[in-house]
Amino acid sequence: MVSPNTPGPLGAAAHSSGETPSIDDVVIRLAGDSQDGIQAVGGFLARLAGRSDQEVMTYMTIPSTISGGPSIFQVRMGSGEILSSGDRADVLVAFYQHSYESHRASLRPGGVLLYDSDHVTPDPDDKTITAVGVPMTSATVEAVGGSSKEKGKNIYVLGLLARMFDLDVAKLTQLIKERFSGKNEDIVRNALLAFDAGYAYPAENLRYRLAKGAAPAAGARPQVTTDGNTALAYGLLAAGVRHGAAYPITPWSSIMETLRVELPKYGGIFVQCEDEIAAISTALGFSYGGNLAITGSSGPGLSLKMEALGWATMAEMPLIVVNVQRGGPSTGMPTNIEQSDLLQAIYGSHGDCPRVVLAPQTVEDCFYTAIEACRIARQFSTPVIILSDQALATRIEAFAEPDLPKLMIEAKPDLTPRAATYKPYPLDQLQHHAPPGSVMGSGKYPTVTGLEHDELGHPTASPALHMKMTAKRRDKIKAVADNYAAPAVFGDESGDALLIGWGCTYGPIREAVGRLRGAGVKVGHLQIRHIHPLDHGLEKIFACYRKIIVVEINDEGLYGYGQLATLLRARFANPAISSITKTDGLTYKVSEIFERVAQQLELGDTSFGMRKQSVLAMPTRT
Amino acid sequence: MSATATPPAVVPAPMADARPPLTKKILTADHPTWCPGCGDFAVLASFYKVLEKLNYPQEKIVTFAGIGCSSRFPYFVNTHGGHYIHGRSLPFAAGISLGRDDLHVFVFGGDGDGFSIGGNHLVHTARKNPRLTYVIMDNSVYGLTKKQTSPTSPIGFKSKTDPWGAYDQPINPMRTLLNSGATFVARSHATQVNHMVEMMLKAAQHDGFSVVEILSECVEFFEGAFDGAMPRKGGTWSLIDLKKNDGSPEDAARHDPTDEVAAFKLASEPWPGKFGIFYENKTRPTKNALEQKLIANTREKTKNASDLELLQKTFARMR
Repeated sequence: MVSPNTPGPLGAAAHSSGETPSIDDVVIRLAGDSQDGIQAVGGFLARLAGRSDQEVMTYMTIPSTISGGPSIFQVRMGSGEILSSGDRADVLVAFYQHSYESHRASLRPGGVLLYDSDHVTPDPDDKTITAVGVPMTSATVEAVGGSSKEKGKNIYVLGLLARMFDLDVAKLTQLIKERFSGKNEDIVRNALLAFDAGYAYPAENLRYRLAKGAAPAAGARPQVTTDGNTALAYGLLAAGVRHGAAYPITPWSSIMETLRVELPKYGGIFVQCEDEIAAISTALGFSYGGNLAITGSSGPGLSLKMEALGWATMAEMPLIVVNVQRGGPSTGMPTNIEQSDLLQAIYGSHGDCPRVVLAPQTVEDCFYTAIEACRIARQFSTPVIILSDQALATRIEAFAEPDLPKLMIEAKPDLTPRAATYKPYPLDQLQHHAPPGSVMGSGKYPTVTGLEHDELGHPTASPALHMKMTAKRRDKIKAVADNYAAPAVFGDESGDALLIGWGCTYGPIREAVGRLRGAGVKVGHLQIRHIHPLDHGLEKIFACYRKIIVVEINDEGLYGYGQLATLLRARFANPAISSITKTDGLTYKVSEIFERVAQQLELGDTSFGMRKQSVLAMPTRT
Repeated sequence: MSATATPPAVVPAPMADARPPLTKKILTADHPTWCPGCGDFAVLASFYKVLEKLNYPQEKIVTFAGIGCSSRFPYFVNTHGGHYIHGRSLPFAAGISLGRDDLHVFVFGGDGDGFSIGGNHLVHTARKNPRLTYVIMDNSVYGLTKKQTSPTSPIGFKSKTDPWGAYDQPINPMRTLLNSGATFVARSHATQVNHMVEMMLKAAQHDGFSVVEILSECVEFFEGAFDGAMPRKGGTWSLIDLKKNDGSPEDAARHDPTDEVAAFKLASEPWPGKFGIFYENKTRPTKNALEQKLIANTREKTKNASDLELLQKTFARMR
């Protein structure tokens, strides 16, 4: 039994007039409609944090309607290690009545509601928060003037927040100028006018000092700020991928848009195809030509690619397939997060077709996973699936700029003449296909094939050969794990529970583990990046804990376990493996994990450890 | 860091080195699995002749196919090649061609592969116009799966899936190809070897997506399907008389292959119709050329920055 003794990080910050309280991190939620540019404000704040060597993480919801609809952007920035975008907000900016009503519950007690008094009438009896009305719309129109109407009220809000949290105005101004550079000068001028007006708004009692990040170590690489899809796309470019093909689908599309625009600069080609099947086929054609190619999609699109993926396994063709998961099945919830494609990624398609599946865990990791996937695909002549998800795809994080000179890979088709002894499908060794253009020393030119074949690629229905070739393809994928570094556990290396996650759950699990440990529970955290094959040595790690709790965003299925938990139970036959799942289309809050782990560990009262009150709480405000 | 990941666009001239010219002997690979009497044997023999005439470097030739009797083709030709999944060989081949402009890509397949399961790809490959040649060996029946109705089976054809006689309207391959924007559209017959060779040769020499439909009889499941175009079976072998542009009065009646409307009219003639080149568009740029142009224009804008410089600039913008 653990006692509920952990206070919030700062408790209630005293804020009598005359002193400006310091806070370590703050969660700001902007709620409006999709055309209000709240993503832009969130983006500015995220990039400012990146440039100030602060940690940052964002979270956004996008309406799946074509234009318009409620939309939010949440940004958490601060000087500590920011692992999740924050369960509840310290500041809620509400542009409309519906924004206020839908998101009031996300505000912590003691938090600040900044509402547009032109559109919002908050509940006058709500005394647990500080409600501040600002005529955002009319003040913006007044500041900018002319026919610009209320466009720019997002930048006005940015000014308000900049003053409120003592943000770096010079850096923000620079970001605004960069963002609107290339457009006409009026736009930059109007944006700066709106910013200044927001900054000048008199709300003297709303002043906080957000702790600055530590100065970077000498020689440290600067921080960059971007989202997961962008990081993944540039990871592929760094890994020497110059060819790809795809079909648009949310939330995958922004990767294909980036590659379509970027690849020609690098002498490459990206083809928008007529459908998902054509896309993977064209990508396989590029790979067969000797240039490792990429295709990608989201859940339903991956299903359509499955037959071709089976061919890639049989023909032993390298290929990168990105799957940015979303809520399913079918069209499901296209703009929400779900991790329900794990089994599809591993076992989808027909027949026995082992392949490699990797899952990046942060925005930064999207970049490095892309590089790792390309290395594996090339080395083992195999399709590799990168399982990203909607949350990673769309959220913004800051991370150290990659060491590009070290990481850049130059890849060219291997057209060296093949020796007379060359076999396209040898049973006893790893082989790479001979791309067309390679002269065959034997005078015999190979046919890459989806039919079961002998070592020379000739079709065969020999039972013995089908058994041997199936085993060869399986052992090849098993061998991929031999190159993996030993998995690292965070936190306690033995004890009550090991929390396992994959993909975007990394941050909330890590933060929940930190709080559980702070409350005296002995827990460790292992985020599995190598989904298939799994890392070696997991059984030894599992043996050190009383419970292995797998946290994932999917359904518990007919037998009571999430998809990764099902796989781990099948692999290790360890009855200590249990499952925490959910299907609400949202990322995990730290408190959700915290409470459900506490339940599984029978810790009793779980009201400890979590920050209940906002860091902005002002009990003595005058 | 290299500027381009793909070799420059060059169409290699016939080999000038000391290698012996391509012969049927060099080009022969596995013995065909087709039934005795199958029309596809003649298509294969004609293709050997075409390659002998073209005499490309052997390693630069790619023979590719999907699934079906005719799609076994690549195993029988000693070139680089592949046997892909049903109906999807065209987008795969487009990937080969676009990524490797130095290659000569030939795709073979049947009517089910091309017009049914692969119908969407046929339309869009034609629209995109990649540089490759597609030979459709049309037998108007599913042979590999043993006699089901195919998209070109005529109305009344009795198959295992239509034992009472097919009644879905068959596809008109020439009209479909013309409508999709294929830039070279021709039709031939597996009993007319010289004509087949001529059509495939012209298709191979066309700069763009070139298609030859060859009526190739399945003696096992649709015997006599194309007798209507065989004089020795009492049919009519009627060639398209191409315009000579010689100003003669009889030339006015000849077919202008650049005239799309005339091609449609020709394609709409009643069975068995005419054989030869229905349409040829030499002006529409290939996707290969358009992509290379995009690359050249883009690289001019980036002042031919190296890959590393480009990526470093991108990350600098994310600071």
